[in-house]
Amino acid sequence: MVYIPSQWRDLTGAVDRLELPGRNLREISRALEARFPGIAERLVEGDAIAAGLAASIDGAIASRGMYSPVGPTSEVHFLPAIGGG
Amino acid sequence: MVRKTHVATTINGEPVEFLCEARQSLLEVLRETLGLTGSKEGCNNGNCGACTVLLDGQPVDSCLVLAVEVEGAQITTIEGLSKDSRLHPIQQCFLEDAALQCGICTPGFIMSAKALLDRDPNPSEHAIRFQLAGNLCRCTGYDKIIRAVQDSAKRMAGQNK
Amino acid sequence: MTPKSERKKYKVIGTRPIRHDGADKVTGRAVYGADLRLAGIVHGKILRSPHAHAKVKSIDTSAAEKHPGVLAVVTRADMPNLKNKIADLGEGSVNLAHLGANVLAHDKVLYKGHAVAALAAVNPHVAEEALKLIKVDYEVLPSVTWVMDAMQDDAPLLHNDVFTKSMGKRASKPSNVPTHIHFEKGNIEEGFQAADVIVEREFKTASVHQGYIEPHVSTALWNQDGHVTVWTSTQGAFTARAQTAELLQIPVSQVTVVPCEIGGGFGGKIAVYLEPVAALLSRKCGRPVKMVMTREDVFEGTGPTPGSFMRVKLGATKDGKLVAGEAWLAYDAGAFPGGVIGPGAMCVFSCYELPHAKVDGYDVLDNKPKTQAYRAPGATQAAFACETVIDELAEKLKIDPLEFRLKNAAKEGTRRVDGPVYPRVGLVETLEAAKNSPHWKSKLEGKHRGRGIASGYWFNIGLKSSVAANVNNDGTVSLIEGSTDIGGTRTSIAMQFAETLGITAEAVHPRVGDTDSVGYTDVTGGSRTTFATGLAAHEVALDIQRQMRERAAILWECEASQVQVEDGAYCHKDKKLTFAELAGQLGHTGGPVVGRATVSPEGASNGFGTHLVDVEVDPDTAKVTILRYTAIQDAGRAIHPSYVEGQMQGGAVQGIGWALNEEYVYSDQGRMENASYLDYRMPTALDVPAIETIIVEVPNPAHPYGVRGVGETPIVAPPAAIANAIYAATGVRMTELPMSPPRLWAAMSTGKKS
Repeated sequence: MVYIPSQWRDLTGAVDRLELPGRNLREISRALEARFPGIAERLVEGDAIAAGLAASIDGAIASRGMYSPVGPTSEVHFLPAIGGG
Repeated sequence: MVRKTHVATTINGEPVEFLCEARQSLLEVLRETLGLTGSKEGCNNGNCGACTVLLDGQPVDSCLVLAVEVEGAQITTIEGLSKDSRLHPIQQCFLEDAALQCGICTPGFIMSAKALLDRDPNPSEHAIRFQLAGNLCRCTGYDKIIRAVQDSAKRMAGQNK
Repeated sequence: MTPKSERKKYKVIGTRPIRHDGADKVTGRAVYGADLRLAGIVHGKILRSPHAHAKVKSIDTSAAEKHPGVLAVVTRADMPNLKNKIADLGEGSVNLAHLGANVLAHDKVLYKGHAVAALAAVNPHVAEEALKLIKVDYEVLPSVTWVMDAMQDDAPLLHNDVFTKSMGKRASKPSNVPTHIHFEKGNIEEGFQAADVIVEREFKTASVHQGYIEPHVSTALWNQDGHVTVWTSTQGAFTARAQTAELLQIPVSQVTVVPCEIGGGFGGKIAVYLEPVAALLSRKCGRPVKMVMTREDVFEGTGPTPGSFMRVKLGATKDGKLVAGEAWLAYDAGAFPGGVIGPGAMCVFSCYELPHAKVDGYDVLDNKPKTQAYRAPGATQAAFACETVIDELAEKLKIDPLEFRLKNAAKEGTRRVDGPVYPRVGLVETLEAAKNSPHWKSKLEGKHRGRGIASGYWFNIGLKSSVAANVNNDGTVSLIEGSTDIGGTRTSIAMQFAETLGITAEAVHPRVGDTDSVGYTDVTGGSRTTFATGLAAHEVALDIQRQMRERAAILWECEASQVQVEDGAYCHKDKKLTFAELAGQLGHTGGPVVGRATVSPEGASNGFGTHLVDVEVDPDTAKVTILRYTAIQDAGRAIHPSYVEGQMQGGAVQGIGWALNEEYVYSDQGRMENASYLDYRMPTALDVPAIETIIVEVPNPAHPYGVRGVGETPIVAPPAAIANAIYAATGVRMTELPMSPPRLWAAMSTGKKS
């Protein structure tokens, strides 16, 4: 299940979550873009997750960028990237 | 060239002579001229206590003492605290009680604690906190430092029996 | 609490060995950045802006260059032209043009203290004299230092090339708001309709500084072969290398960063300030250039944490269930984009199960130094707001504030407002430990006294860590790790290594490597080091154990799989060798054994804490005295309990300073008026009582020993806990930090009761 950040719902016609095919974030992002054109421009920069964003897969921040694996029952969120002190 | 002044003093029990400019602090001379970098500079205006040394037995912020003032004085720095191959009990207690994190303030705290315990071998917690109020630590919240000084007092009392 | 039986299974973890770098640090021998001595070293100083906002029309350095003893002068003209390139720095990304303009101002100065030019001279005194000879022609511009003023349409615009981004969506008009964050969960209107009691309040917090005692210091040598070596005080040698190389536009392989001992960081020693400037000066004069900031430079030129304006609204049913929450947060970022609003917005409701919620967060530019991370960046402000409103709700509902928190606490399965679902977490356990604590059970008597409670949350981050190890033939192991050690992590990492390998902590000799000596490792920050670098050390130990079994198999002419490891010893049938005995035989069984591991772990988990505080408020002066303080935290597994306690105590006292004293005081011209320790006034030993600690251990399932990072969470709860205690003592709800005597006195005199 891929959760759509509220700030992208202008592109998704208020769809806030949906099932998408994809074994990794790259495939998920392609599927998202195919369904809702314009999302990739916000999500992806070059071959990576856009600066300032992070993806959470099943509660853990993905560490392999667009190659991060996504399971068939995974829950995916896009969040602001965080660091720490 | 600024004309330099000759100063003869005693540091950690050894006679030392150096040349300094009138504007140089004792801290600068200790660190830059004599290579005794154990005394730290955190503020250079007497607020943080990281540069504390003993001047004729009294704790001072060495950044507030002009180097030309120490002619004929007895100075003890953190480098002079341990004798032979053993740590001073205060140093040992700081380690055993985990009283340091980053360690930059530690030499100053140890020197302030030594000045206190030399004067008052059995200080109350309030007396310890009062004595150490001129030393800033940003890592520990002071708790373990206070415990280490309390334990040092006990250990030093035991050694003096 | 950990059952005794579980404790027993560890030999090293949970013990309190003396830190490996301890003797060096109590004797003054440890080499911090300023202690470095190199042949031919010269001294650099920075000229800083006297104005909060101004155009830099021209810089004339000719007189300074001619001054006897001056060896090199640099300005913006010496910096490579940096495009708006985004560089990945491991822990986060940064716009290089902004980073470069912060290191040496380009067309504008954006805060008082902004670096404008630098020079190197034979000694620091000559350097300071020569700075006065640099002539800068400024055109002073209107400035703004309060976050809400900076958001107005008619506010002075800091950058004409910054546009509001909302999760990647870019606005069309330049603005002082680089980022807008928005989270929604459930249906906020429905949520508040279901509420029987609603509390809404506005909060303000001042900028505060990390306050590390060691000023920033860097020494650089641009060698005649083109290689740059930087000795510096940094939380991350590799991120310092990346920033330095990117700013100088040279390959990372041309830069070696040697991390010196570091005198505190708390998030403020991640961004570079001096490193590239020292390198440029060194390139010009051909000698190593050391630059040390003054304390005033540190306050005026380096990262405070954001000042903030926040509005928080929470609703609950009369049986004490939270049903809805709404937060509006504006945090200042200082002079360049990239403050900490993201985590602030993610943390504001992170302690609670909230079915309906909405959060808006704004990163706001103003004429302050670029804000930097400070221990749980963004979370302390947000918790001050949320936990105060929680306290007031509990009061209105006539429910004990601890029970109210327990009833609504986030737990495994709770969906956070920003989306993800918590795995096993320990907030409930910290609340239960608080409830059972001697402090909570004690009676607080006396006039003008009150007790407060608050909980706090911070993420742990994973990122990348590398560790290598060499087995010595006496049975000890040299461990080389990439995490700079700010508070004892050499030892907490070595202990995990020792536990896995079955040797003592003392048999491990940990060293922090420079960027040419160890694999890439991210910053010491984000409460990650004991977790992630500790995990790498555990994996290195397994790597070594595997190789040692192979060596034993050679000796015993069996298969490696037939060699058992029992209690750290290697066994096969009736044969047995201790690790040390086997280590002594490496020379004739194939040579040295070297282990290595790199990790990039996920599931770094979540850290929760609950703090209790008793205060007394002087009715005449409004001075707040902390009578008793207890910090409770889920450490997952405390590797070295003294160090965990130390983090809790240190964070609590930083939080006490934030709550009661510390603030950047600004003049109308946007100048900081208290840039010294004396006037900024951090807590001293005399200002605080003993800090009692209770470590709760709810193991992190994503770590072999259950470690959760502990460094940051302890600063989150204190301001809220103290505000709640002040309310209990005086009947006044404080909604502004710091709750210093003038502010509290004003609130008490106007009888601002809720």
